[in-house]
Amino acid sequence: MSTTTADTVFERPAQRSWLPTVAIWVVLLTVPLWLPWIGGYTALAGRVLVLGLAAMALNFLLGFTGVMSFGHAAYFGLGCYGTGLTLKYLSDSTPLAMLVGILLGGIAGTVFGALIVRRRGVYFAMVTIAFGQICYYVAYRWNSLTGGDDGLRGFQRQPLHIGNWIIDIQNNPVLFYYFIAAVFAVCIGLMAFLLRSPFGRTLLAIRENERRARFLGIPVERHIWLSFSISCFFTAAAGSLYALLNNFADPMTLHFTLSGEIVIMAVMGGMRAFWGPLVGAAVFVVLQDYISSMTVNWMSFIGLLFVLVVLFFPRGLLGFVRAYSEK
Amino acid sequence: MLEAKAVTKSFGSLVAVNNVSLAVAPGELRAIIGPNGAGKTTFFNMITGFFPPSSGEIVVEGRDITRLTAQQRVELGMARTFQITEIFPELTARENVCIAVEVASGYRLRPWLSRAARTRVRERIDEIIASAGLTKQADRRVGELSHGDQRAAEIAMALALKPRILLLDEPTAGMGEQETFHVASLIRRLHKHSGYTIVLIEHDMRVVFNLADRITVLDQGSLLAEGTPTEIADNPAVQSAYLGSAK
Repeated sequence: MSTTTADTVFERPAQRSWLPTVAIWVVLLTVPLWLPWIGGYTALAGRVLVLGLAAMALNFLLGFTGVMSFGHAAYFGLGCYGTGLTLKYLSDSTPLAMLVGILLGGIAGTVFGALIVRRRGVYFAMVTIAFGQICYYVAYRWNSLTGGDDGLRGFQRQPLHIGNWIIDIQNNPVLFYYFIAAVFAVCIGLMAFLLRSPFGRTLLAIRENERRARFLGIPVERHIWLSFSISCFFTAAAGSLYALLNNFADPMTLHFTLSGEIVIMAVMGGMRAFWGPLVGAAVFVVLQDYISSMTVNWMSFIGLLFVLVVLFFPRGLLGFVRAYSEK
Repeated sequence: MLEAKAVTKSFGSLVAVNNVSLAVAPGELRAIIGPNGAGKTTFFNMITGFFPPSSGEIVVEGRDITRLTAQQRVELGMARTFQITEIFPELTARENVCIAVEVASGYRLRPWLSRAARTRVRERIDEIIASAGLTKQADRRVGELSHGDQRAAEIAMALALKPRILLLDEPTAGMGEQETFHVASLIRRLHKHSGYTIVLIEHDMRVVFNLADRITVLDQGSLLAEGTPTEIADNPAVQSAYLGSAK
């Protein structure tokens, strides 16, 4: 999990690339110990991880394939509703509910992706918004199934049963935080693994220079499609965790404002850095929590911060830290 | 090896390339020259599959490739470079070549490689980097390299595809004396020592007359002349196309 282009064929200074990974994991795993001391609560840390996962999943497409989607809330929301609906109507198995949510969001992304990969740039971004809004209005209007405007209530995450062991993620927020962290670890581990592979390098190639990639013999559309699908599956995984975190599925999780927020997190944190979107999500979520307790206009403050970051640290917060530490 | 038969391309009412034929023999270095707007790049784009000709045929080793996509042509062994260097600027020279090697080895969808495959890829990268004269710059980002070295990196990527025909669109465009010399000697080395069949478009006449086995001259979309460098230099039609008709 190097912070740059991540690869296996080349020898790079190993220490440096492992340092941020170790540092971030130390922080993430010790959060429940120190967060209450500085006035936070564990569910807030869970939110950071969930939205961080969504932003990193978006960044698989945005930062490492060079393709912009403004509609990732669709897959996040489908993951969220898929999980919520399964828990409410079908089964009391948390893993099964997650699987349904992930498949729903991921497959929707895969099918939709196949239709749009020939579009580029603004056109691609626009159709992704449109698809997201379709999903939003379906959830918004389909009262009997989704609860409409009020959102989907009446389900709860269930304890995990592993053999004779019961892990009570339902009532123990710290255990649930570690459950989120474990899912997060698996997801970003898989993404990092893919980015280090020959397949991952073809995505970098497409980001860097699509024409060159094509004339090397890479079927660019097919690879963008794969990247889009992978990104949607992991975004849906984040959405699924979000349903468990809140015991609630909100139609706003499908709305394009969330798509925009996920993009802001990725760009603010640094989309060329593997961990950048997580940093962006942490800043976003913590600021939102802090400022929204004082004013309803919290978004204007985050907006201002975003503008300042883009103006002064065009490579994002983590990109800036990295460039500074390499000097 | 490579043959174009009466190839024509028109954009609306503009005929960019008109009825041009040429045949390149294996191991030949062919230069295509002509004044600005002569249709050289358009002709090149049809050969490499950027767009299809309006009429005519393109044949490689006896096979009609007129309707094949760029990617299919790459698989048949046609690799090209562009007038404006097309590289992966934020990646190192080694990474640039690595991507090309992996794609050429059929690994583009692999989520991992075996140790043996990795070793093979690494050896092949070293070999190509060395033959493009980039060993010293291998671990620098290509976006930071000199113009000449960027071109060398682009050619290195083309070599990684194990091409049977190398198509170079103005390899020395926008370069100074030193860099032009550097790239020209790289091309000469690839032609003479490695035996590549090369077709290139070039503006710099010293490069053309030093390197080419045969020269094709285009003017206003049509074939004006073809021959050895000495024949072309002595051709009055070519002289007037380049110097303007001195009536």
